[in-house]
Amino acid sequence: MHLSDPPLMRLRSASFGYADRVVVSGIDLDIHRGEVVALLGPNGSGKSTLVRGILGLTTQQGGEVQLFGRPRERFTEHTRIGYVPQRHSLSASVRATVTEIVEVGRLPHRPWWRPTSSEDRAIVRRAIEDVGLADRAREEVASLSGGQQRRVLIARALAGEPEVLVMDEPTAGVDRASQEALAGVLRRLVDRGTSMLVVTHELAALERVVSRIVCLDAGHVDFDGSAAAYAAHVAGHAAGSGHHHPDDVTPRRGHVIGAAPLDPAPREVAP
Amino acid sequence: MTDLLALDFMRQALLAALLAGFAAPLVGVFLVQRRMSLIGDGMGHVALAGVAVGVLTGQAPVLTALAAAVAAAVAIELIRASGRTSGDTALAVMFYGGIALGVVLIARSSAGTPANLTGYLFGAILTTSTTDIAVFAALAAVVLATTLLLRPRFFAVANDEEYARAVGIPVLGYNVLLAVLTAVTVVVSMRVVGLLLISALMILPNATSQLFARSFRSAMWWAVVIGVLCSVGGVVVSYSAETPSGGTIVLLAVGAFLLASTVTALGTRVRSAAHDRAERHDHEHGPDCGHPALGHEGHVDYLHDGHRHAAHEGHYDEHGQHTTVERR
Repeated sequence: MHLSDPPLMRLRSASFGYADRVVVSGIDLDIHRGEVVALLGPNGSGKSTLVRGILGLTTQQGGEVQLFGRPRERFTEHTRIGYVPQRHSLSASVRATVTEIVEVGRLPHRPWWRPTSSEDRAIVRRAIEDVGLADRAREEVASLSGGQQRRVLIARALAGEPEVLVMDEPTAGVDRASQEALAGVLRRLVDRGTSMLVVTHELAALERVVSRIVCLDAGHVDFDGSAAAYAAHVAGHAAGSGHHHPDDVTPRRGHVIGAAPLDPAPREVAP
Repeated sequence: MTDLLALDFMRQALLAALLAGFAAPLVGVFLVQRRMSLIGDGMGHVALAGVAVGVLTGQAPVLTALAAAVAAAVAIELIRASGRTSGDTALAVMFYGGIALGVVLIARSSAGTPANLTGYLFGAILTTSTTDIAVFAALAAVVLATTLLLRPRFFAVANDEEYARAVGIPVLGYNVLLAVLTAVTVVVSMRVVGLLLISALMILPNATSQLFARSFRSAMWWAVVIGVLCSVGGVVVSYSAETPSGGTIVLLAVGAFLLASTVTALGTRVRSAAHDRAERHDHEHGPDCGHPALGHEGHVDYLHDGHRHAAHEGHYDEHGQHTTVERR
């Protein structure tokens, strides 16, 4: 890590929302190379709005956003950020194989008229191996489980060879076997030095990879610090007032998915 | 077949059918992917108003139809991109306004006879002029080249608009371009299948190939094969059976769809009767799960407590007790 490097992302009193509705505001946040930041918060606290805002997908209504030292409006090196959107399943209107979806991740690297190169194909193959789906590369994505589909989306982001991964709820709606595989994939990427910003509901699944926790509540950052400090913060809140973060206080919420209003219905785990 | 090809108008008709059968499914697959299967229908409605303007003013109907359809295409995408809930009704106003205007204007024009109108609505390939065929060929070439060249990007945008936007792909631009290609295809296929049936040639071959293909790529090419067979076959049948080409082509495409769904349904039944699921399975097999991977009739089985497990859709199939005999 070079200390002279600008932070990967720098937000100064930034606010984001939709049309004329402000969802998150007053956000100050620096994310540096090598950090693995978990963005926590109850449903509706604005986690997704914030990360989507950083990527330019929701309207920025004020403040300043810098990506790799450049103001977001003038940032054009989109491939440096690997985005894993929140999806409970990939579009099933037409058939597509794992490889076909992951190949999309290479597109921003080449002009529209240039066909796929053998290097592109090698990178796609490696990205699929990295998420542990090499044996399913030629299968249709619709035939995979929810967790495997999530890993396909991670592979698509990895195929872009990004410097930071931005993930929106990678573990939501994923059965346990798949969640473990997913956590393993993330651990491997972290060991390799990949920086990450992960929106999540379930810290338990990511506990061992996260280096820093940012907690949003009602559109504002209400905690920013290490995992250990966060545990103390939660304990303090739980003892002190009615204000708490139900996701994390309740021990071993683990794989109870589908309990929150915006979560998908509980997945049926194939016997 | 050779005596058919000896006829000048028949050669032209078959060429037009070939172009339409090739281009329509190629564009249509992205419409299916974006769940906009009926949009071609609406463009056909608006194109009729263009045809009528051409007939009335003495311009070439093909060109005025093209102008109307392209304008409608751009309007559709801009209305959709605005994301207003009233967008859907705005499209309805445009589509029905288009076809109503077309019918009224054609009836008012001196050249307008009921037969003429029917030709545009349902296809009248045998009365197509040589100039028209030349225009169709040029347009079809543009559609084919653009679609094939930009296929990965159209796929990316239709598959996940949000991701495409996040990585800097100009989503609106590609959506407008796809809509314009759809409009051009509507006009290219206008004389072969007719403006009311146009959507069928874009959608049905894709609906059919989706039943059995295993990847986007193979589904797309199968749709092209089905589209070409139906449109060329339909023209041949319509000549000998003296039926309108458009309806004949679409009936063939419907037949292909029904045949494919029957065959695949039977196939699924046979397969599901022949396969066992492994017991409740909380573990996910993969290249580094620790269970030995074994080749088995073209797929990979994982050896799990003496049983062979093979991934199948969201579960694992039981492929029987593993005996060491095969290994020797």
